[in-house]
Amino acid sequence: MLVSEESIRRVIKGRGMPLPGDDIDTDRIIPARYLKCITFDELGKFTFYDERYDENGNKKDHPFNDERYRGAEILVVNKNFGCGSSREHAPQSLMRAGIRAIIGESFAEIFLGNCTALGIPAVTMEAGAVSELMDFTGKEPEAVLTLDLDKKIVEAGLPGGGNGKVFKIEISDSAREVFLSGTWDTTSALLSGKKEIESKAGALPYLNHFLMQGE
Amino acid sequence: MGENLFNKVWKLHKVKTLPSGQDQLFIGLHLIHEVTSPQAFQMLRERGLKVMFPERTFAAADHILPTDNQKRPFRDPLAEEMIRALEKNTEEFGIKFFGPDTDYQGIVHIIGPELGLTQPGMTVVCGDSHTSTHGALGAIAFGIGTSQIRDVFATQTLSMSRPRVRRITINGTLRKGVYAKDIILKIIAELGVKGGIGYAYEYSGPVIENLNMEGRLTICNMSIEGGARAGYINPDKVTFDYLKGRKFVPEGDEFDRAVSFWKGIASDEDAEYDDEFVLDAGDLEPMVTWGINPGHAVGITEKLPMLSDSEDREVASRAYEHMNFHEGDTIRGKKIDVAFIGSCTNGRISDLREAASVAKGRKAAKGVRALVVPGSRQVALQAEREGLDRIFLEAGFQWRLPGCSMCLAMNPDKLRGSELSASSSNRNFIGRQGSPAGRTLLMSPAMVAAAAVMGEVTDVRELL
Repeated sequence: MLVSEESIRRVIKGRGMPLPGDDIDTDRIIPARYLKCITFDELGKFTFYDERYDENGNKKDHPFNDERYRGAEILVVNKNFGCGSSREHAPQSLMRAGIRAIIGESFAEIFLGNCTALGIPAVTMEAGAVSELMDFTGKEPEAVLTLDLDKKIVEAGLPGGGNGKVFKIEISDSAREVFLSGTWDTTSALLSGKKEIESKAGALPYLNHFLMQGE
Repeated sequence: MGENLFNKVWKLHKVKTLPSGQDQLFIGLHLIHEVTSPQAFQMLRERGLKVMFPERTFAAADHILPTDNQKRPFRDPLAEEMIRALEKNTEEFGIKFFGPDTDYQGIVHIIGPELGLTQPGMTVVCGDSHTSTHGALGAIAFGIGTSQIRDVFATQTLSMSRPRVRRITINGTLRKGVYAKDIILKIIAELGVKGGIGYAYEYSGPVIENLNMEGRLTICNMSIEGGARAGYINPDKVTFDYLKGRKFVPEGDEFDRAVSFWKGIASDEDAEYDDEFVLDAGDLEPMVTWGINPGHAVGITEKLPMLSDSEDREVASRAYEHMNFHEGDTIRGKKIDVAFIGSCTNGRISDLREAASVAKGRKAAKGVRALVVPGSRQVALQAEREGLDRIFLEAGFQWRLPGCSMCLAMNPDKLRGSELSASSSNRNFIGRQGSPAGRTLLMSPAMVAAAAVMGEVTDVRELL
């Protein structure tokens, strides 16, 4: 299987953006009315739209409206981020708003799977570490975070450069493997088992008039 | 030790272990709709791929459909564009589409079981989180994203890690006026909206066994609201009786062979589970949500929780602010503006019967906008045969055309401003029903009807 170098996600460096709050659902990340589209292209403009703008289109206080975080690439969140609707529009919208990785206490499963499928590592840390990293990025918007999936750490660099505090991160072995090998787009890996897929279809009772009873 | 259904079905569908360590899982039934599929079709075209098993994918039109007039072209050009894209895509790739003008138009999670497409022992996926609904028939069913839809199109498989399985046993006997919706709201309130992360839920015990299929569908539907991507119920006589005679269910000898397979796929008596939770539903009362996630629910006679008792103080405090409610308030008596009966959670015929039995001979309270949106064309036709439409219309409720409607407000059915809605749907998230300031109270369809006629949140048991 051919893997392009660009697909490999080993180290992601970028400025962090703290986005505090538990249970931030995908309706909040991208309101349903922006799902009326047949491509994902324009979604970056509508990230957290109803939290960023009032009914008259005036800006509200929100990290995505904060000039200090313009260009930030690593989002720092709390528990159960991305719960609710399965809409891939949510991580698509974050990605198109410049987000390349997410660090949080925990993620909803469908959202996590969608992030992985887009090549966006969503990694977890203990509550205390998240809180510390959130405070740090809150105080130091210019500081660069270095997420190293190989070493399973994130380093919060000092604002002036130089080595800063290092936190341990958690990521599932399978997600880490696909990021390090650049194979997070699963279609070709799945297609390589075409013969096995056909033989599985030939063995499933409900696809074969129930003439066999499974195993 | 025996095995549970989830692990049996997983093993049956496992193609192989992938280099990442995840399993390649064969998908028996793929359901699609207009909102999450167009980009996946586009990805196929860009990569020159075909749909590997087009006969195992079925398409529905639901999220975007207007519910007042479904004549084409739709008044909303974007809605028309999305349905046209689905028509074109399904035709190009050879997929059966139950379109807006067909007898089987409806919400994807209503029509799958209704047509008998969903069957025990299958793996079922759809680009929609409420795919967990289909687990009620003894299938492994879960929501996926658009890139995964592309994978299922191209390979009929997914790369997945097997979750753990938690058995939730519901004991006791339900009291009058208490429904499946109240059970699942109670489970989520107890285990929390994050409690199910990493788990599939098996619902069992006497209360579940005594539920009809529609109640079971309601329970499995909201598994995802408790964080569990899938929820299921072991197939039994209720399941087989429900399936018999449906359009895509085999007949005669083949049906008998199917039943024998379905019986064998159920959890063994001595099956092992990764976790257990037991709930006694004997004293359960009608449940109503008060906050901004489905775990924020209380019994109708209870008071809203004190922040100091809350494990999620930050979220609870945000909930009080958004809802404009206060600690210690009673949910009963809150004046409502809108009543919505419908959705993949509670848009089936038994839901409409229960709501109609409350609405019958009464009138929607002054100033309350009450909408009844059947989950499918078949549900609508059955309701009309039974005269339920006339009961609702006489009570001043609107009788509308099938679709997802005000559950997520992608069509013109929306809350305005900070209206308070009594809703039989599944999510009370901020902005969910179409107005950023809108407020949603989730409850059973009978409770919604009670709120509509009284103009305020009411204990439906007083009206039965």
